[in-house]
Order: sequence, then C-alpha cells, then structure tokens
Amino acid sequence: MEAQTKRTALDVMPVSARETTSRAFGRLHEWVVTVDHKRLGVMYILYALAFFVVAGIEASLIRLQLAVPRNNFVSPQTFNRLFTLHGTTMVFFVGMPMLFGFANYLVPLMVGARDIAFPRLNAFSFWMSAFGGLLLYYSYVGASGLYGDGSAPDVGWFAYAPLTGRAFSRGHTTDYWILSLLVSGVGSIGTAANIVTTILCCRCPGMTLGKMPLFCWLNLVMSGMVLLALPPLTAAQFMLLGDRFLGTHFFDTQAGGSAVLWQHFFWLFGHPEVYILMIPGWAFASEIIPVFARKSIFGYAVMVGATLAIGFVSVSVWAHHMFTVGLPSKANTFFMVSTLVVAIPTGIKIFNWIGTLWGGRIRFATPMLFCIGFLCQFLLAGLTGIMLAMVPFNWQLSDSTFVVAHFHFMLVGSLFFTLFAAFYYWFPKVTGRMLDERLGKWHFWLFMLGFEMTFLTMHIPGLLGMPRRIYTYEPGRGWEIYNLISTAGVGLQAAGVLVFVGNLVRSLGRGKLAGPDPWDAWTLEWSTSSPPPDYNFATLPTVTSRRPLWDRKHPEDPDSVHE
Amino acid sequence: MSADATAADVWLLPPRERVGVACLIAAESAMFIIFVVAYLFYLGKSASGPTPQQVLTMPILGTVCLLSSSATIAVAVRALRRGSIRAFAAAWAATIGLGVVFMVGTGREWSRLIVEEKLTPATNLFGTTYYALVGLHALHVTVGLILLTTVLVFALVGAVSRDQAGRVDALALYWHFVDAVWVVVFTTVYVIGR
Repeated sequence: MEAQTKRTALDVMPVSARETTSRAFGRLHEWVVTVDHKRLGVMYILYALAFFVVAGIEASLIRLQLAVPRNNFVSPQTFNRLFTLHGTTMVFFVGMPMLFGFANYLVPLMVGARDIAFPRLNAFSFWMSAFGGLLLYYSYVGASGLYGDGSAPDVGWFAYAPLTGRAFSRGHTTDYWILSLLVSGVGSIGTAANIVTTILCCRCPGMTLGKMPLFCWLNLVMSGMVLLALPPLTAAQFMLLGDRFLGTHFFDTQAGGSAVLWQHFFWLFGHPEVYILMIPGWAFASEIIPVFARKSIFGYAVMVGATLAIGFVSVSVWAHHMFTVGLPSKANTFFMVSTLVVAIPTGIKIFNWIGTLWGGRIRFATPMLFCIGFLCQFLLAGLTGIMLAMVPFNWQLSDSTFVVAHFHFMLVGSLFFTLFAAFYYWFPKVTGRMLDERLGKWHFWLFMLGFEMTFLTMHIPGLLGMPRRIYTYEPGRGWEIYNLISTAGVGLQAAGVLVFVGNLVRSLGRGKLAGPDPWDAWTLEWSTSSPPPDYNFATLPTVTSRRPLWDRKHPEDPDSVHE
Repeated sequence: MSADATAADVWLLPPRERVGVACLIAAESAMFIIFVVAYLFYLGKSASGPTPQQVLTMPILGTVCLLSSSATIAVAVRALRRGSIRAFAAAWAATIGLGVVFMVGTGREWSRLIVEEKLTPATNLFGTTYYALVGLHALHVTVGLILLTTVLVFALVGAVSRDQAGRVDALALYWHFVDAVWVVVFTTVYVIGR
C-alpha cells in the first residue's frame, strides 16, 4: 500500500522533475555501492570533515565553559560528556578516517596502480568506520536503556577502569563507546591491510621499495603500526564488554582484577596511535616541502630509516602515560629512556625537512605556509614532549593543562597543519579546480593566530597547577587571564575553519581550472588528468627514479643517474 | 619497446592473497598476545577456586589432531597445485575432520568444567581468562572450519581448479596460523599455567 502511494506521488511529478530525482538517486546509489579507491577516499575525507566540525563545536563549548571561573555555561555532567566525545571523535572519527581517506586516494595513484589491492574490503572498511561514528553519537538517543541513566559516554577517551565498570557507569553510554570503537577498529584494520598489500604487491614496473615516494613509505609504516596497535585495543574492549555483560573480572578490582592492566592495554594501543596519526602528517610534509622548495627531499633513505625507528621505538614507550600510577622505579626509568630515544629520529626528520628547504627556491603558496607552521609547532610539541618524558617533571605536571597543550601542539599544530597543507595541495587533483589562494592565506593566518592564542597560552595555567578535565575553577589562582585568552583564540580558529570550508565549497564550482599538474610536481598522481580517470592509468607507467615526472620533464638530466 | 616488455615481464611482486592474509595474521597475533598476557598476569590471583591445577587436564587427542591438520592441509594445497582435484578434496576433508575432532574435544572439556566443576567466566579470574583465551582460539578454529567447508563444497561441485591454488593457499596460511596459536595457548594454559 505504501509503495503504491509512493509511486503515485512520483507519477504526479512533472517528467523533468522525475528524471532529476531518479538521476540524483542513481548518483547517490553509485556512491553508496562504489568500490573505487578514489570515491572511497573522498567519502572518508568528507565523513571525517563532518565529524571534524562536530568535534570542533564540542571543543568550543568546553573552552566557553572554561573562559571564566565559576562558570555555569554547561553542567559538570555535560562537560564530562563533551571532553569524552571530543577526544574520541577527534582520534577515531576525524584523524584516522581523514588520513585513511588521503592514503586511499593517493597511494594507488602514487605507486602507479589502477586500484587498491582489495576494493571490496576497502568499501567494507569504510562503511564499518562510518557506522562506528554513528554508533558513538547514537548514544545520545539510545544510551539511557533500562536504567533511564546517561546520555553520552562520559568516561574520558581513555576510559580508565574501574570507572567503566557496571557499578560506576550505569546505562549504556560506555557500551556505545566500546561498540563504536570495536566496529571502527575492524574497519581500520581492514584498510591498513589494504594499504600494506597495495604498496607491497601493486607497484608499477620499476618502482622498487627504494624508489617509492616517501608518502608511500610513511603510510606503509603507519599501516603496519595500525595492524599491531589496534588489536590490543580491540582485545581490551572485548574484555571490558565481558566485564559489563558476562560478569567476567578482567578489570574488576573486587575479584582480584587489575585496573592498572587496562591502562597498560589501552596505552599499548594509545601511544602508537599518536604516531599512527602523526606519521601520515609527516608523509604530507615530505611530499609538499620538496615541491615548494624546488628540490628533491634531503636524505631520503635516512627519512625512511627514521620513520621505521620511530615505529619500532613507539611500541615500547606506552607507560610514560602512567608515571603517576606508581610503577616500579626501574620501569619508570626504562619508559623515560625509551621515550627520550624517540627524540633522535624525530630530530633527524626535522633536520631533513630544513635541509630540503636550505638553498631551495621556496614558493610560499598556501600548502607551503601550512608546512612551515607545522615545522615550528612540531618542534615545540617535541620539546614539551621531552619535558614530559622526564619522570619528576611528569609527576608535577601529569593531568594538567600543560599536557593538553603539548598534545594539541602535536595533533592540531602539527597534524592538522599538514592536513590543511594536504587539502590545498591535492584538492586540484581530486576536483580539477584550485582552492583560492587569497582565502587560503586568510585561513592560514586566522588559524595560526587562533591556535597560538589557545594552545601556546594553555601551557601556562598548567605550569601554575591547573588540572585538565575540571569543569570549572575558583577565581584568584592566576589562571583567569590565560583561560580567557585560550577561549578567545577559539573564535579565530573557528573563523579560519569557516574560511576553509567556504573556500572548499566556493572553489568546487568556481575555482580556477587546475590542469593535470598545477604545482609542477614529480610524483605519479600528477601524470594523470585532474580528476584522474576511472582506473587511473590507461597504460601502467614505468619508473626509473624517485621522481618519475622530473625524468619525463627533463630527459636530459634524469634523476636515475644521481640516485 | 621490447626492452620495456621484458622489464615488465620480470617485474614480479608477492601475491596479494598471501600478503593480505599475512596482515590479518599480524593483527590477530597482536590480539592473542593481549589475551595471553592477561592469562599469565592473572595466574594464581583468583580470589576463590577452582584453580587450573584442580580442574584442567591436557587435551592430548585434540592437540594431536589440530597439529596434524596442518600437514593434511599442506598436502591438499600441493595436490591442487599439481592439479589432482580428488587428492585435494580428500586431504581437505581430512583437515576438516581433524578440526572437528578438536572442537568436539573443546566442547566436552567446557561442558565438564561448567557442569561438574562449576567453572564459568564469572566464577573467578581463572575462569575469566581461561574461557577468554581458549574461547578466542576456538572461535578462530570455528571460523576456519566454516571457510574450509565452503571450499570443500565448491570442490565437490567441481568449482575448484588449479587456478584457485593461490586463494586456497591463502586460506591454508590462515589455518596454519590457527594451529600455531594453539601451540602458544596450549603452552600457556596447560604447561605453564598448571
């Protein structure tokens, strides 16, 4: 009956409208059932952008609440939900899908392949991730359950036991948190396997591992780390589900279980996760900086080695998140030293990027501006990282806003700056049109200024003793002015993001036509039309050096002679 | 031109199926490690009985069957590479049979533990970690058996030929992994833990 009514409704529409509707529906259908790596890449990125706006709004609400002491803008309960959702969303439903989106789109093009290794697995992984994100937010609707309790998860993004136990976390908010991460974790593992397989098995003739663009090398390391670091989280989530539904005692301290074990398991995932997020950022910088310095990357092999070293060391540093737990001092010393070791390969990377800039003919287009911003902020993030790695210093400042400032320098100041650079750099390839440079510069300066106001300032109240995750504070502790400046910075950042989104929408229709290679770049994706055709390459390219397009443009002086 | 063609001809990369399954194995190993660590960490920390010493006996028959199934599946893959489908189907069916014997053994052990020894996941930390670790492995055997049976059905209706050797080999790789994990689980639960 209902189907009939629908048909009638469609029948009375004028023929042209009906055609438009069915064409729009056909197009939507095409996108939903697609297994094309480029479309899935774009879907990943759009989905992550949507969540970026949501998590950004959550962050703004948090900052508004903290703007002045004794504020009543949101309730303590809401505040807890906001910082939990902000953290979880940014890590799992903004950072990872956004990076997977870029890898999905670019890796097959860069290695000269027609698609990713397992296209259907790719689609499955995307929909799992997307479903996971919806599940997290469905908590607002469905979490009250039988207890009539709770609306969104409020246990923090690392969800320490025993707070997550049945007794302390009533309703189903924690369950939605667990399930959404489980589901999206399956998707992440699938995509990581896909990226590894594509890079190892689908390279075009001549592209040995040593001739791959650094972007592919770094994404290979990142995906390998996803394969090894996400399953521990999945395992811990299964245990937590068991505790909540089957009466098991993994993290149940009353039956002899250990709450600290959850911390070990979580950070065994959680710290490599930081590098999983950061390595693709380095990958963007390693592609963009050479092109805008008009030089090939300085120290290619060392760059690969340093990335591998970081990947290797990063799985043995997790307990530096747990110095205040009271581990044996030998353990603390080990994790302090291993954390400090990370600084060596990281320093090598920074020197290599500076070495690439050195003596180059630098073009300060928007992608390059964001990369320069990244270099400065990444250095600062690294320096505060070294400070926090020192056990006594950490005892003093653990769980203060100093820590919050440190990791936002990493994830916003470094990762998001490179991501914005990547948007400006590859948007022409994906859409065929350039992003507007003038708006891009507005975006950069607004966001940069806002970022420094919010997060550079945030170090100070931390040093003065302000804990993180408190919903309000007393006046007279000297924290007021810094908090006010921090919150004011959010306005500028939001304005920057607005300019960015406006730029995306405007340039999509009216941007300058890009042509296949607007930046005069050197990797294979720029040898295709913009946007690239279905299946990317009519004939598979053959490669003899790390910069195949340089060789094509300068046959008199090919790179292969020098490598 | 001809030089290019030869360059493309000798351009050999590892097969996708194997690398894909290797990625899966890496991820699964990381997950198993966490459950093994949890088991070892909670050894002897149960607040109440029963303990592993009181209730566990070595599942010798199941272990022998499961480990032998690695040999039969290798024989099956080799037969398929040769192109003899009948030998393949026979060895493949033997693999399934051995896997089923293992699962029956696990089922009997669990029913004894639950009914006679009153050990459930909620009883104590031993129950919690034991059922989680052994259960996770049993889940992998079950998934493997479903996949193996699917291939057997395909083989019996004549849909498996030499061309599929690569894919069948990838599945065999997974099965070898399940067997190897059992060696670790067996050592953890029945040797170290008892």
